[in-house]
Amino acid sequence: MRNKYSIFSLFKNALSYHENWQRAWKDPAPKKEYDAVIVGGGGHGLATAYYLAKKHNMQNIAVVEKGWIGGGNTGRNTTIIRSNYLWDASAGLYDHALKIWEGLSQELNYNVMFSQRGVMNLAHNLQDVRDLKRRTHANRLNGIDAVYLNTEEVKKFCPIINTSQDIRYPVLGGTLQRRAGTARHDAVAWGYARGADEMGVDIIQNCEVKSIKRSGNSVEGIETTKGFIKTKKIGVVAAGHSSVVANMAGLKLPLESKPLQALVSEPVKPIIDTVVMSNAVHAYVSQSDKGELVIGAGTDDYISYSQKGSHQIVEGTLNAILELYPIFSRMRMLRQWGGIVDICPDASPILSKTSIKGLYFNCGWGTGGFKATPGSGDLFAHTIANDEPHKLNAAFNLNRFVSGDLVDEHGAAAVAH
Amino acid sequence: MFLINCPYCGERDQQEFKAGGEAHIERPKQPTELSDDEWAEYLFMRKNIKGVQFERWNHAHGCRKWFNMARDTSNDEIKAIYKMGEKPPTQ
Repeated sequence: MRNKYSIFSLFKNALSYHENWQRAWKDPAPKKEYDAVIVGGGGHGLATAYYLAKKHNMQNIAVVEKGWIGGGNTGRNTTIIRSNYLWDASAGLYDHALKIWEGLSQELNYNVMFSQRGVMNLAHNLQDVRDLKRRTHANRLNGIDAVYLNTEEVKKFCPIINTSQDIRYPVLGGTLQRRAGTARHDAVAWGYARGADEMGVDIIQNCEVKSIKRSGNSVEGIETTKGFIKTKKIGVVAAGHSSVVANMAGLKLPLESKPLQALVSEPVKPIIDTVVMSNAVHAYVSQSDKGELVIGAGTDDYISYSQKGSHQIVEGTLNAILELYPIFSRMRMLRQWGGIVDICPDASPILSKTSIKGLYFNCGWGTGGFKATPGSGDLFAHTIANDEPHKLNAAFNLNRFVSGDLVDEHGAAAVAH
Repeated sequence: MFLINCPYCGERDQQEFKAGGEAHIERPKQPTELSDDEWAEYLFMRKNIKGVQFERWNHAHGCRKWFNMARDTSNDEIKAIYKMGEKPPTQ
C-alpha cells in the first residue's frame, strides 16, 4: 500500500532528513504475458495505463518505455493547457482534458501544479481579429469560456506587452480563456506513474520495442530489448516515433515527424502572470514558478528525428518576442532544446483502432499534445478496453483520411503551428 | 541546420531552401479511377522514415529549382543529392 502524500508525511519525513521516502514506482522485470501493453512511457501512455487500471479494471498491463518515463516530449514541452479550439470535435476533446486537469492533483495525490493563469491569444491583423472573434463565439457555443479583448484590455491584462500601433505587427486585440493555464510537466508523468504502479501496472523503463508479432490480422506480442512479451492488445503512444512503430506492424500513418524547439531564460522575479500566444508572429511565452521565461518556437519544415532544430527558427521567435516585450531585451537564455513532434495533415490527433486487430494508435498530437494528456489517456483507455472509441474521440479515427472527414485545426485552433 | 549543396548553385545555408517532403510519390495516372483508399495513400500516408529517406527540396531563395536528396533523418546527414527525374541512389 502506498503512503499518502500530505503535510503530515512531509513533516514526518523531515524528521528523518527525507531519507525514508517510499519509492514512487517499482522497477519490475517484464512478465511473460499481459492483457495489454502500452508502448511509450510519456504522459499520454502513463495516463492511458492509469485509466485502464482504474476505470476498466485492467491491472495486468505494462507500459514499456525506450528511455526513462517522461523523458521525451512530456519533459520538453512548454506546459500550456487550454481548450479554445474552433471545431466541435476538438472542443469536446480538449475541454474533456481541461475538466480532468481541474481535479487531477487531488485525484492522483500528486501536485501537478496546475495553474489556471489564463491563456491570451493575440490578433495582429484584421483577419486575425475576425478569426479570433469567430473562435470566441464557437467556443462559447460549446460551453468553453472565452472572451474577446480589445487592445486596451490586452494591455490591462498583461501590462508588459507593447501595444504601440507603430510596430511591425501591432496588437489589435486578443482572446482570453481564463480556465486555461499551465502545469508542471514532469509531475504529470510521475503522478500518473505512481498512480498506475499502485494499481499493479508494470512500468518497464529502458525497454525498446524491436518488432510487433502478428498472427494473421491480430497482434500476438512485442519483441523488446528485454525479451518477448505476449499480449493481445497493444496501445502505441510513441509521439514522434509513431511511424517507426507503425512500420514494425506493416502500417503507414499520415504523419510527418519534425523538430519543435523551445527555450528558457535565466530566472527573474515575477513579470508575466499569464500565458500569451501569438499565432501571426509565432511567439508564445509564460513564466515558470522558478522564474524562467518559457518560450516556444516553431517547427522546422523538414522531417527529422535528430531532436535538433534550426537556429533561424529560434531567431525568428526571439525577434517577435522582443518586439512584443521590449522589456526582455537584455534577458539571457539559459537552455534551448528540441523535441520530435508527429504532425497530422489536419493538425488533429489520431486516437484510433487500426486495420490490425488489437493494435491501437494514439498519435499525431503534433505541436500541442501536453494539454490533452489526461483526456487523451482516459479516451484511449476507453478505446482499448472496449475495442470501440468513446464518442469524444470517435471523430479522431484513422479512417478520416480515407473518408475526407478531417478535423482541420490548422490555423483554426488559435495555435502557433 | 545544415549546408545543402544545390546541384545548380553549390553549397548554401539550409535556410535558403524549402523542404518538399517525401520524394518519388507518383501522381495517379488515372485519378478518376482511384478508390478512396488509394487517394488517402497518395495524399496523406507517408513513410516518415527514421534513417535514410529520399525527399524533395526547393532552393526557394536561390535558383528556385527543385531537386532530390537522400538524407539520414536520425542525424540530418546528407547522403546524396540528385536532380529531378533521376533515380535514387541504391546505397
